[in-house]
Amino acid sequence: MARNKEKLVLLLDVGPSMHGVLSEVEKLCSMLVEKKLIFSKYDELGVVVFGTEESNNDLTTEVGGYQNITVLQDIKVVDGDLVDTLQKLPRGTVDGDFLDAIVVGMDMLIKKYKDLHKGKKRLCLITNAIHPIKDPFEGSKEDQVMTIAEQMAAQGMKIESIVVRGRFSRDANKGVMDENDHLLSIFSKKTRTRTVYVDTPTSLLGALKTRRVTPVTVFRGHLELSPQMKIKVWVYKKTQEEKFPTLKKYSEKAPASNKLATHQVKISYEYKSVDGSSNSVIPPEQRIKGYRYGPQVVPISTAEWDAVKFKPEKGIKVLGFTDASNVKRHCYMKDVYLFIAEPGNTRATLAVSAIARAMKEMNAVAILRCVWRQGQQNVVVGVLTPNISQNDKIPDSFYFNVLPFAEDVREYQFPSFNSFPASWQPNDQQQKAADELVQMLDLAPSGKEALLPEFTPNPVLERFYRHLELKAKQPDAAVPPLDETLKKIIEPDLELVAENKSVFDALHRHFELKQNPKLKKSSRQWYQEKQSGSNVSGGQAVNSIENQPPVKIEKIGDLTPVQDFEAMMSQRDNPEWVEKAIKELREKILALLIHPDGEDKYQKAVECVAALRKGCIIEQEPGPYNDLMHRIRQYCEEKGIKSLPQLLASRDLTLISKSEAEDSNVTTEEARSFFVKMEPKPDV
Amino acid sequence: MDLDPEDVFKDEEDDPDNEFFQQSESSKEYVVYLVDASPKMFNTTCPGNDQKDETHFHTSVSCIAGSLKTQIISRSYDEVAICFFNTREKKNLQDLNGVFVFNVAEREHLDRPTARLIKEFDCIEESFMREIGSQYGIVPGSRENSLYNALWVAQALLRKGSIKTADKRILLFTNEDDPFGSLQDAAKKDMTRTTLQRAKDAQDLGISIELLPLSRPDSEFNVSTFYADLIGLDGEDLAQFMPSASQKLEDMKDQLRKRMFTKRVVRRIEFHIANGLSIALNTYALIRPTVPGAITWLDSVTNHPLKTERSLICEDTGALIQEPPKLFQPYRNENVKFLPEEIAEIKRISPGKLRLLGFKPLSCLKDYYNLRPSTFVYPNDQEVVGSTCIFIALHRSMLKHKRFAVAYYGASSHPQLVALVAQDEITSAGAQMEPPGMHMIYLPYSDDIRDDEEIFPDTEEDAPRADEDQIQKAAALIKRIYVKDFSAFQFANPALQRHYAVLQALALAEDDIPETIDETAPDEEGLTRPAVVKAAEAFKLSVYGDSYDEESDMGKEKMSEASRKRKAIAENAAKDYDWGNLADKGQLKNLTVGDLKVYLNAHNLPVSGKKEALISRILTHMGK
Repeated sequence: MARNKEKLVLLLDVGPSMHGVLSEVEKLCSMLVEKKLIFSKYDELGVVVFGTEESNNDLTTEVGGYQNITVLQDIKVVDGDLVDTLQKLPRGTVDGDFLDAIVVGMDMLIKKYKDLHKGKKRLCLITNAIHPIKDPFEGSKEDQVMTIAEQMAAQGMKIESIVVRGRFSRDANKGVMDENDHLLSIFSKKTRTRTVYVDTPTSLLGALKTRRVTPVTVFRGHLELSPQMKIKVWVYKKTQEEKFPTLKKYSEKAPASNKLATHQVKISYEYKSVDGSSNSVIPPEQRIKGYRYGPQVVPISTAEWDAVKFKPEKGIKVLGFTDASNVKRHCYMKDVYLFIAEPGNTRATLAVSAIARAMKEMNAVAILRCVWRQGQQNVVVGVLTPNISQNDKIPDSFYFNVLPFAEDVREYQFPSFNSFPASWQPNDQQQKAADELVQMLDLAPSGKEALLPEFTPNPVLERFYRHLELKAKQPDAAVPPLDETLKKIIEPDLELVAENKSVFDALHRHFELKQNPKLKKSSRQWYQEKQSGSNVSGGQAVNSIENQPPVKIEKIGDLTPVQDFEAMMSQRDNPEWVEKAIKELREKILALLIHPDGEDKYQKAVECVAALRKGCIIEQEPGPYNDLMHRIRQYCEEKGIKSLPQLLASRDLTLISKSEAEDSNVTTEEARSFFVKMEPKPDV
Repeated sequence: MDLDPEDVFKDEEDDPDNEFFQQSESSKEYVVYLVDASPKMFNTTCPGNDQKDETHFHTSVSCIAGSLKTQIISRSYDEVAICFFNTREKKNLQDLNGVFVFNVAEREHLDRPTARLIKEFDCIEESFMREIGSQYGIVPGSRENSLYNALWVAQALLRKGSIKTADKRILLFTNEDDPFGSLQDAAKKDMTRTTLQRAKDAQDLGISIELLPLSRPDSEFNVSTFYADLIGLDGEDLAQFMPSASQKLEDMKDQLRKRMFTKRVVRRIEFHIANGLSIALNTYALIRPTVPGAITWLDSVTNHPLKTERSLICEDTGALIQEPPKLFQPYRNENVKFLPEEIAEIKRISPGKLRLLGFKPLSCLKDYYNLRPSTFVYPNDQEVVGSTCIFIALHRSMLKHKRFAVAYYGASSHPQLVALVAQDEITSAGAQMEPPGMHMIYLPYSDDIRDDEEIFPDTEEDAPRADEDQIQKAAALIKRIYVKDFSAFQFANPALQRHYAVLQALALAEDDIPETIDETAPDEEGLTRPAVVKAAEAFKLSVYGDSYDEESDMGKEKMSEASRKRKAIAENAAKDYDWGNLADKGQLKNLTVGDLKVYLNAHNLPVSGKKEALISRILTHMGK
């Protein structure tokens, strides 16, 4: 999109007081360029650092002054060298003057583009703004800033300022800071951008939007309150997830000598009939789409479908207003939309403002039915919430969240907490410990909110782009670990934890957790690993031994026949396991009868019989078991063994009856009397 | 395989929860609906909608019909059987008296629901008395025990498949809390014992029996008379098991419907609260978009399904690629290659764990912090004993102090920052409206949030703000179209309803497709009530003034210079041809698409479509 090429000049403060965060500034800026290299490679960028020992810029050579400002890189189309430049910013030695730097940056943009590309020219200032700027030759600092800001607006430039404060500026002069803040606010007012204050390295990484997405409206048209009352609105996306880049597949088939090889991979699809009789490919015109309806597949041609499918009219209609408490926060389904009044339409802006403010006062929300485009095949029902603007320049607007339909909700019932046994209920002390934790582990003390989504970078994407940059230079580079700054997003803040040590101690004192001994830990862990591993693209990425599935039992051994049998029965990958297990255990039992071992000679055999009986009932396979029982009875009768039948009878290990397994032809009575019947027979 | 080419390219980032939610064949459920059809079910009525009384039988049957319809949409791999007991006729494999298994053609007794089953079951009530009939199965002096028989039949139906791969359930609908009440001592004792034994045998085989009791406000269903023993409830569970003695039939139906679904755990996760303090949680997907099922390609000649073969072909050599290929990203004029394992490694951040970072007041959770449907979490004491206790303590504190927890959830394919919002249990008329637990809301990162409201305006002035009078007028209008009890999911998805109505009709080879009702259509009638119209007019007057005219809106006046110029050119160009003449001679087709579009533009007609469409549009416009 050549017409959206952005022209950006970075103005970076590298003075001594900034040294603590410069490595984050380097990361932030190189990330900006890395993303530009992929997503908007025609953007142009220049880099100015201030606070350096030496001075090197056009203005200082042309008119003098503008000391300690170095143009590190003239404005040019982004390239890999820029990343390298930004990754090793010079460490300055003097406290820089950000206003001078702004003027140098403006001068670069004006010289290069004259008054073209209005609205596409941008300055981005990163400073801590704790040092006073020089007094102007005439007038006040404020007048001077005003003049510059007006000039900027006239040139169609915008300036975004990121001010690093917090723990990095604790001993700074408050008066100077306030003055600087005021001066910077003039810029943001005049160019309608904002000044962002960050107080941790982590939020600095998230402070600058590293990828600009040209806003596109989802809908332009009327918001219909009633047939009489309509408001012209434009709808944008308010949030949209920045996805992990979709990588292309790489083919290594081309010989290395082929310099022109694209290494691209084409994916082809062939449709063949399943019955396999003819292995021919079915041409597209002979294919028809089938939709599942239960077990049936219903063929419908596109034309037929077009004739009958649901076709709503484009438009946004209010279904009604309701109390905000009727719409639960967790029902929001998707990313969020923004409704603004048609730009430049004063009366629509007024109408939106009036409705939004009235909704806010009444704590009401509106339920909307939206069809964004003509030809859309579904409708969207959602909730409109007011967004009252805090900035005088920005009109009031609405946020819109999609709500679920009846089909989208699973109304599971969960036991009420009150119904749990007393041992599961927290006692007063436990409740107190939890209260303390909830109050003390505070991420938003006195308005200073940590991990504000607006300023929190995505650690996965940060990691990807850093790895990409590393790999470009060193193809076999390993995936870098998350650095300390990013760890703040995934782990609790150590300082906060240390401050609240007593709270955590209390927590440990009052709550006791035990692994349930009944569950085999290893299998549980294996299950979890499997869960987390199963989503990994390409499968076995994990290298540790823990991920090995438990050893497969393929044979019933002598040592632990019962366990082996159960393990085999539970191997679900192939139905043959069950058959094999039953057969092998039967043989084992017979072997045990003929060669009984030691003292409790039949004990082991009886255990096996019990296991087999259970297994056969679960699998509803009474045949092999009943068969075996008849053989055992016969064997005992022949050999005159009394103890075994008694043992079996005492443990109710009789035939499997029809009531236990449908396939059995033995009645309950027959089963009960199975061993009884043999008793009258005397030992012959 | 139901591969849709478009689907294959779906990002691997797609919600991992969804694939667990979208049912697969490997985890199915077998359900036998066991419906008491005794005369008592027909005699007992409940006041329903429209002041009409509904019998308990009707209530049960309509609940099952509703559930079948839901099931065929979202869980069509589950198999069901419908079985009546206390019937006059008998139909079952064991040939037991008083039990009738309802089925339709081309379907096994326990099988996936089909269009025909749904259709015929919908009108079962009309034919029931004639074909199946109602009759008490347990009467003094007879040794018949219809409840015993019913359980036996149900158990036999559920013989199919192993309990390891399928969930087997019997759902028993009845309004008789004392089925053996009419019998004398010995017979009663005997029958009670054998029936309980039968139930226990079934449960030992891994079949769960659930009771869906129906009762009237004046005669409550007493679970402890008999059924508590049958379904194996004791002390605490019994208290938990609230018989649906609600005032309204709707509530009872609601409860029945809710009980008919089993909970499906999406996964177990570890919630790391502090060092050495990690509890176990189960996550559930309570809200996920339901979409029409995947497309299966068919051979249009034979109507047999086709299998899709996907092959990777090297563009340089044309060779087939067997092994999973490396991935690459063009960067800095070269291709940076990644192994799939490396990508997985990049995304692996504290896998499987939910790590507590801290707490914030609920006001910090902005309306626009949302990306995906939330996930529900509920403690699980089975693996880590003590989990529930600490969870309840945190839950109560968070509710009390109106705070939510911020945590990092290391889902393997989609690690993300989340907000955990405590939800208190909400019950209404004995039914649970909101379960107690926490909702995990996925938070956006800085690059996911856009500031589009700041693009406009380009003017120097402050943005216009409504004044007090305008706000008052708006409030008056809002009050006129206020809905008192709105529930977030009261509407059926009209597109989905239509989709399945069409499919059902085609599956049964019916000619006319039933009309579906679009519940999301605004209440046109309500909006034209004089009071609403008056309020709307008043608001309109106050913000738009009395000279408001839809067409000459501000937006139109401010049409940009460029587009006005374009339009002027188009209008001039349109005069270059004698359109009427060309059309008469049928020579429009000799013009280029560009020329045709000039005409369309000049007359404010849509310019989309193929050339033929453009020509026919021009002809229509000319009235020819």
